[in-house]
Amino acid sequence: MKSLESLLVEKGLVDPAALDALIDTMEHKVGPRNGARVVARAWMDPAYRKRLLENAPAAIAELGFTSGQGEHTLVVENDPKVHNLVVCTLCSCYPWPILGLPPVWYKSAPYRSRAVIDPRGILREFGTELTEDVEVRVWDSTAELRYIVLPERPAGTESMTEEQLAALVTRDAMVGVAKVTVPRPGGDQ
Amino acid sequence: MNGVHDMGGQQDMGPVVCEKNEPVFHASWEGRIYALNCAIRAWRKWSLDTDRHALELMPPVDYLRMSYYERWVHRLEAQLVQYGLVSKEELESGKAAPGSARATPAFGLATSDSWLRRAIASSDDPNVRALFTVHQRVRARNINPTGHTRLPRYARGKIGVIVRDHGVYLFPDTNAHFQGEKRQHVYSVRFAATELWGENASPRDSVHLDLWDDYLERA
Repeated sequence: MKSLESLLVEKGLVDPAALDALIDTMEHKVGPRNGARVVARAWMDPAYRKRLLENAPAAIAELGFTSGQGEHTLVVENDPKVHNLVVCTLCSCYPWPILGLPPVWYKSAPYRSRAVIDPRGILREFGTELTEDVEVRVWDSTAELRYIVLPERPAGTESMTEEQLAALVTRDAMVGVAKVTVPRPGGDQ
Repeated sequence: MNGVHDMGGQQDMGPVVCEKNEPVFHASWEGRIYALNCAIRAWRKWSLDTDRHALELMPPVDYLRMSYYERWVHRLEAQLVQYGLVSKEELESGKAAPGSARATPAFGLATSDSWLRRAIASSDDPNVRALFTVHQRVRARNINPTGHTRLPRYARGKIGVIVRDHGVYLFPDTNAHFQGEKRQHVYSVRFAATELWGENASPRDSVHLDLWDDYLERA
């Protein structure tokens, strides 16, 4: 890898400082914390939630998150009767600006192959048990649209601040393999 | 292309393995290859569709055996040579050919922001007419292109309903191969799980795919 990079630098094809900046962005500036802030805002502010569902890129940009691969983000909302799950069966499409780079499992053959044919089995492996009366909607990102799930706000969070809510929201919940839960005081869950 | 990358519906890939507190990159070389792949694209020698297809062209055994970023190394080396940015000899030696000209990076710190913020080509071009409408029943065509396509095998020949018109996008099947952008509408199409997987699938469940006009026919 070192020799490939040094060759490209020697030929003037890439600028090492620009490479550092790209890596820094992914390691420190974007990631699921961004998405968690979007979700928490949507839970707190019904008008924002409405804007988010109607025009996600604009609503997400309101919080200052705008960079490649997210221009056509769509937000799909969970409710007691509908659970959404996101996959890219053909490659690894993922909403970078708000969730960062995808985890290895999202890009792996087991997830990509089974999410569409056995979403309930996948959900069970993530500890998410759904009853038969819940509709599972899988979103296979086959085009330049990127999906994030707006999870249900858990019960017992009525008095929480937006910041406290954001701390509950996980990457897995925004991909749709998990629900958002409230840690029990003193418990490990 | 009917390749191993088209994984939807396979059942023999094992359980999903999650790593707790996974780092963004597992080793520094992963970050470097990620950044190199992004930066080199600014030379506009190939498109994102071409990049995706380059991964699909890998021998299937390698595709399955390699890690995600190992595939990116393989792809970058192949693309650099194929599109003339680097010669095979230079790639092997790790040194620029003696006397070769030195370029100015297309992706520098000053231009990186605008490049990253550029829109993925799409538009609401009113001159591109939508061939289908929301609520319409459609069949995903049974096509088996030997090049790049974003119509997965598991949906071909299946009937679904259009739930949303996303507007106009470049057509990957031609764009990946430098055969034109062929702009057309893309729709979110809902397929019942039972239509895709048979009567044992949960009757409530569905899979939504984003499909271009050329992938669809009336049903």
